[in-house]
This record gives sequence, C-alpha cells and structure tokens, in this order.
Amino acid sequence: MLEIKEIWKTFNAGTVNEKQALRGVSLTLHDGDFCTVIGGNGAGKSTMLNAVAGVWSVDAGSISIGGTDVTRLPEFKRAQFIGRVFQDPMMGTAPTMQIIENLALAARRGRSRGLGWGITKAEKERYHEMLRNLDLGLEDRLTSKVGLLSGGQRQALTLLMASLQKPRLLLLDEHTAALDPKTAAKVLELSDRIVAENHLTTMMVTHNMKDAIAHGNRLIMMYNGRIVIDVSGEEKKKLTVPQLLELFSKVSGSDEADDKLLLS
Amino acid sequence: MMDFINALPGAVSQGLIWGIMAIGVYITYKILDVADLTVDGSFCTGAAIFVMLFTNGSNMAVALLAAVLAGMAAGLVTGLLHTLCGIPAILAGILTQLGLWSVNLAIMDMKATVAINVTTPEMLDKLLVSLRFVQDVAKGTRPFYRHPIFVVGIFTIAIILLLYWFFGTELGCALRATGSNANMARAQGINTDFTKVLGLMISNGLVALSGALLAQYNSASEINMGRGAIVIGLAAVIIGEVGFSKVFHNFGLKLLAVSIGAILYYIVIQAVLAMGLNANYLKLLSACVVGLFLAIPYWKGKYSRPRVKIPAQTADKSKGGNHNA
Repeated sequence: MLEIKEIWKTFNAGTVNEKQALRGVSLTLHDGDFCTVIGGNGAGKSTMLNAVAGVWSVDAGSISIGGTDVTRLPEFKRAQFIGRVFQDPMMGTAPTMQIIENLALAARRGRSRGLGWGITKAEKERYHEMLRNLDLGLEDRLTSKVGLLSGGQRQALTLLMASLQKPRLLLLDEHTAALDPKTAAKVLELSDRIVAENHLTTMMVTHNMKDAIAHGNRLIMMYNGRIVIDVSGEEKKKLTVPQLLELFSKVSGSDEADDKLLLS
Repeated sequence: MMDFINALPGAVSQGLIWGIMAIGVYITYKILDVADLTVDGSFCTGAAIFVMLFTNGSNMAVALLAAVLAGMAAGLVTGLLHTLCGIPAILAGILTQLGLWSVNLAIMDMKATVAINVTTPEMLDKLLVSLRFVQDVAKGTRPFYRHPIFVVGIFTIAIILLLYWFFGTELGCALRATGSNANMARAQGINTDFTKVLGLMISNGLVALSGALLAQYNSASEINMGRGAIVIGLAAVIIGEVGFSKVFHNFGLKLLAVSIGAILYYIVIQAVLAMGLNANYLKLLSACVVGLFLAIPYWKGKYSRPRVKIPAQTADKSKGGNHNA
C-alpha cells in the first residue's frame, strides 16, 4: 500500500542550522497495516509523515501509495489518497466555518470542485447520523463554527473528516499529544474504531510507548533520521516498555537515548 | 444643514458605487484573509477601460464587461506574483498597483483625465448612472428608475445574490476554507494557490466594475481616482461589521452590511464637509478613522476583562474537597 524507498531530507542545507532529518528511510506498509511510530524529539517521525503527505518534496528517494508514484505530486494532489490528523487541534479544521461545512469539504477530498452545491441535503442527514454515532454531542450543533469546539472535539471531528472519503492511508501525527489524558484516551479509542471499521492502512506517531505497543499490528522506532526498530505480529504483541527500551539502547548504542525517550 | 440634506442622495449614490468595490475588498480581506492593495490601481483600470471604450462608441454592456475583465487580469497578476513567485500578498499588491499606474495612463492615451462628453442628451441618455440624473429625477425630468440609487442598488443586489450563490458552491467553499485555514484546505485536496488567485480575480473584477460605474457617475476617468480606495473599502467593511454583526449573520446580509457601510461612510464624509472641513483633509480623516477602528478590536482583546461572576469559595461546597486538601 505504502512504499517508501530510501528517502532523504535535509533542512537548511549549507547553513549552521543544517539538520539531516531523514537519512535513507525505507518502509513498506501492507493493506490494512496499522503501524505506530515512536522516537525521541527530532528523530524524524513527523518529518517522515510530512514527506509522505507532501508538505515539501524529499531530496532523494521515492514514495508510492497503492502503486502510484507520488514523489513529485504536490500536497493537495496527494490528499486524494491520504487522510490526516495533526498534532495541533487548530490545524485540521477551518475554524471560521461550520461543522457541517468542514465535513462537506472533507467529503470532497480528492474530487474536483465545481459549481455544484457545497453541501447537499442528503449530506446533512448523513452527517447528523455520523456525529450522533461519535457521541460527542455535536450532532445538534451542525451549524456551529468549529472555532467554538474544544481541542478534543476538534480532533474527533478531524478524525471523522479524514475517514469520510475513505483514504488509502491515514496519517495520525501525535494527534492526542495536545489533549488532556482523559480526552486523549477517548480520541485514541475513536481512532481505533475508525481504523477498524474502515480497514484503513494507518501510520500513527506517538510519544507514548504504552500507546505505541497497545495499538496497531506493527511498531517502528526512529532515531537520528533512520528506522532503527521494526517489530510486528506476535513479536509486537508480546512487547513491553522495558524490552523496547533495552532494544533501543542496543540499536542506538547509547544509554542517553533512554532518558531522551522517557523525558520527551 | 439644507446643503447637507440636498447632498444626501448624491452621497448615497456614491456610497453605493464604492460599496461594490468594498464588497470586492471584503472577499480578499475577510474571506481570503489577504490585504490586497491592487485595488488602488485596478479601480482606475476599470474606469479607464470603460471610458475609452464607451467614448469610442462601444456598447455599454461590452464596455462594462471589458472593465471587469481588465480588473480580473490585474487580480491575476497579483495572484501569480504571490503564488508563483512567492512574494508576500501585500507586497505583490503594491507592485501591481504601482505598475498599473503606467498601464492606466497608457489606456487613457497618456492623459491624466478622459471625460465622457455628456453635453449632448443622446450621450447622456446612454449612461447607466450619472450625477446629473440625481437632479433630473428630483426635478421630474427623468423617471425614478433612472436614479443612480435605484440603478446601482440593483447592481449591488445582483452582485450579492451572485456571490451568495458562488460561496455556497464547492468551489466557493474551497475558497473560504483557504482563507480560514490553508493547511487544512491543502490536506482536503484544495489547490490553495488556485483558490487564492481566483479570489483575487473576483475581487478585482468587482473593484474595476465599481471604478467603471464611478467614471460614468462623474462622467470622467481620472488617473488618481483609485488612490486610497483600499482604505475606503476597509472603512466600509469595518463600519458594516461594527454596525451590523450582531444583527446580520447570513453571508448575504454581511455583504449587504458592507454596502451599507460604504453608504454610511459617504454620508459621514458629506456631513464633515458640510461642517466646513477643507476637502483636502479627507484622506487624513479616513486614515485616522480606519486606523482607529482596526485598533479597537485589538485593544479590546488586550485590555478589557470579560465580566464574569466569580463564585465565592466557601459557598461552593458541592464541588468541595479542594480547600480541605
């Protein structure tokens, strides 16, 4: 489904702030894979997701989704394959537009937009139904501006938006990091539900090792712009946090990484 | 006082004409979240194109359409400078505006003023709006439906209906999303470069139409007629918002509020002039008023405290626990 081949990305090349964010990352995800991504600050997790989403182009390597080479496609064109939820709850929705308008925008992801109505009558009922299933009390606030919602509500809405038009690939970039623990757990649970219901191929970046182990069928850890650990299947199911830490210090060849990971 | 009342129909007519420009400014400033300074130039472009075509015997509709298209072309240039060349929107607008000064002069055959000859009744009759019609209708020599307030009012309503429809379409929603959150828009597959350029084109098309109507009203196109247009547009947008945001929630009504804002602006200007202010101070006055109105929301957010009742701590036993800990 997703095939990343040897991608490299350097920011601020040739300056004192030069940062090799991705150093030859390769990864293949199969249909229906739910892969969690962990790593310390600056390990390249978000950079990898942004490279896939096409926020900027990579320096070298190639990315293909469902057999289509998207390496040269701009962000808005890749959107037809990809659903995204961001770390910042502000980022995934249009705050000055209504809940229903946001949903209608998302329902048209990847389709050409013409002079047909932005929202149809049939859609309104459909969204009402969907929001009721989310159980956030949003179904009666369809015409409220999204700017009035809480962070958790926005992330839940963004999740729903990402799945409205079934994406080939769902990218969750620390989408619970800005939420309080209770809300985070709820949004995570909702993510699991949406992924399972739609059989979505998913990549989820998280800072929380427990979450990374508890969710999905595959786990990768990044360090210094590379994937250093890749476990899946039975092996991942049995994984514990201490084991993961031990594995990591062995691969990275240092203990300092321990603290970095735990502290971050 | 009588002077002021006699001048009112003229002020309202002018306000309505500038209101069309202000609706254009609303599209960029409020919907697209871009301060587009192209308008100071494209306003005159519309006027120049219209007057040159019309005085050379062109049909009214053709001349107006050409003016709108010329304005859209100006918006296209700003849009491409911004999206394709990566120039900040405000600077892109300034560049286009500066360049347009020469272009506008060239359109007007290198003359600073080109008049429409309205001394012959035939020519005058062909015009849609003219300040002469204000008096003619008052005197009864022309039917009421030739009054500029009526004619421009119909233009305004038609434009509002058209925009109301457009911003409800998929494309219109994409444009609004771009202004609301460009990141989100791209993640939803919207080509934000395209929507920005489109918004700038629509906006400047309206601005040029407004310029063409004002040139008719004054029976002349003049190279400096667009100077400060952006400030007038912003004033209208802000007056409309301050005055009607509590009453008008519907998008169409918000656009109407902008048009009313422009009318109020011209009535205030007329009142100030009637009080004896030297007309040369008008631009300073406009700048001060707009500056003040732009600053007020910022000050409000920074210095005012919302009036919230803070419950007395001891009274709140139901939630308890905290003060025992």
